[in-house]
Amino acid sequence: MAFNSKDTAAFKGVWVFCEQRDGVILGTGYQLLSEGRKLADDLGVELCGVLLGSGVNEQFAKALGGYGADKVYVCDHPLLKDYTTDAYTKVLCDLVEEYKPEIFLIGATNIGRDLGPRVAARLHTGLTADCTHLDIDVEKYKAFLKTTSTIDVDNTAFEDTRNLKMTRPAFGGHLMATIVCPDYRPQMSTVRPGVMQTAPYNEETAAKTQLVKVDVQLTSDDIHVDLIEIKKSAKKLVDLIGADVVVSVGRGISKDPKRGIEIAEELANVLGGVVGASRAVVDAGLISQDHQVGQTGKTVHPKIYVALGISGAIQHLAGMQDSEVIISVNKNASAPIFDASTYGIVGDLFKVGPMLTEAIAKYKASKA
Amino acid sequence: MKIIVCVKQVPDTSGVVAVKEDGTMDRAAMATISNPDDMNALEAALQLKDADKDVKVVVVSMGPPPTESMLRECLAMGADEAYLISAREFGGADTWATSSTLTAAINKIGVDKDDIVMCGRQAIDGDTAQVGPQIAEKLGLPQVTYVTAIDYSNGRLTVRRALEDGYMTIGVQTPCVLTCIKELNEPRYMSVSGIMGCYAKPYTVWDFNALSDDPAITVEQVGLKGSPTQVYKSFSPPVKGKGTMMEGADKAACDQLVSILGEKHII
Repeated sequence: MAFNSKDTAAFKGVWVFCEQRDGVILGTGYQLLSEGRKLADDLGVELCGVLLGSGVNEQFAKALGGYGADKVYVCDHPLLKDYTTDAYTKVLCDLVEEYKPEIFLIGATNIGRDLGPRVAARLHTGLTADCTHLDIDVEKYKAFLKTTSTIDVDNTAFEDTRNLKMTRPAFGGHLMATIVCPDYRPQMSTVRPGVMQTAPYNEETAAKTQLVKVDVQLTSDDIHVDLIEIKKSAKKLVDLIGADVVVSVGRGISKDPKRGIEIAEELANVLGGVVGASRAVVDAGLISQDHQVGQTGKTVHPKIYVALGISGAIQHLAGMQDSEVIISVNKNASAPIFDASTYGIVGDLFKVGPMLTEAIAKYKASKA
Repeated sequence: MKIIVCVKQVPDTSGVVAVKEDGTMDRAAMATISNPDDMNALEAALQLKDADKDVKVVVVSMGPPPTESMLRECLAMGADEAYLISAREFGGADTWATSSTLTAAINKIGVDKDDIVMCGRQAIDGDTAQVGPQIAEKLGLPQVTYVTAIDYSNGRLTVRRALEDGYMTIGVQTPCVLTCIKELNEPRYMSVSGIMGCYAKPYTVWDFNALSDDPAITVEQVGLKGSPTQVYKSFSPPVKGKGTMMEGADKAACDQLVSILGEKHII
């Protein structure tokens, strides 16, 4: 029977695309499996990982079970070694048409955001971009809204549905929207890297994972681009998402950017963290893009986030407001960053920054 | 060679943002701008035209009638021709329905062997980055997204695509769809002669009926009705109360903050 994305009853199971580059599975894959596990449990269905590559390491595939996958579809083919839109789209669409999952999650990486829309368009289904929260259960969704919205949850009507509720920031973070895809399957979502938490690895579930080797139908005629080269940047990139402490700098450093970044580095060093930045600092070319926190940069939720000279535009808040503790230093007492902060100091970062570093170093030395 | 550039007029989300009481955006109360990534796409097209006078640059936008102001600006920057796709039927579209409508318009304009369709990577109101790839799929053309460099020589198109930790260099056949990001170039300003001439250039408005010969354009397949995704709820993030503000900004204030952090086992 021909594939029909409107025949919603024919679709079952939760799928996660586990992106690999150079044979290494990206962290987003583990994050999405951990999240997908909860959704699959709420629905009472299987969770499946989907792995595309060439010479796929079976141990890697099996390990996806340690993060919750009941089954892993392994698509191994020489033409899947490196990502091309054409090859990956064809293989994924063939797979969806055969096995019909009801939910398909993809990490919103530069590659996931190229692949997701193409797959959704071919399958004729909806895709929600860059999600930051997912729910099946309405009660869980209501509990989520209670802490993250101004909605009077108890006095608001909610359509009771088992559809996937996909929440994402819109209008640069000024508004949150929860999107559903009621009449088409699979319900597709790309999910922001770093937003979902990776569950602890479970040896037992890993041992039980079933590997399904897919008979990949692909020829070079299916691919209409010529991948000439993949070049990694020589510089080691900062791991903002994995950091426990992020010390970020904003426009406030502009009178002496070099010194401003130095102050942030010193504070980050004493706290065991890394340096982040607002978009203004990245756009001005003062620090590289991998440091950028915010709506168009990375989403972080470290234990401690220090904002030095950051005014707190909503686009920046969208990337850091879920940090456990937020400490802000800004000359302007009415800067919006203070409304998102746990602790604030109104003052010049060039003076306060080094003093804070010194005070922390002294404190740590006294405890050592 | 013809380059069709898809552009969008968007509310300026970096400026004053107005949210209505029901939690939706008050677009009428906000300033509009040309979507930044789309201007990089237009600039890339205009640079190809600078290098070869036979290149024709056509801009296309779907939106309400006031979108004309943005399209006139594109013409003033140097585009040759503009199309506005505007009809009540197209309103409320998600990326699926938007890409169907734009694809029908692009097909009606015509895509020839050596043509390129260019889009911005994403628009700042939705930040989805989906419309470009979905147009590519519906046109049946190869795509390259996140383009940061374009080399077109001897009829061969080679582009650089940004990755988080580096880049890919990709050779791509025409016709194709490219989506552009700000690292690609610095968009030019309108020239005085461009502004003088922008009302004399071909400007066409297509409504629903103008595209309805296309089998993908029916009331069930466009606009809100043709959108697989729907808004379940929209809401504003809560305003957090101010946290603890330290007294002063001196050494004592820093020591006090550090001792609080220590007591709470934060450090």
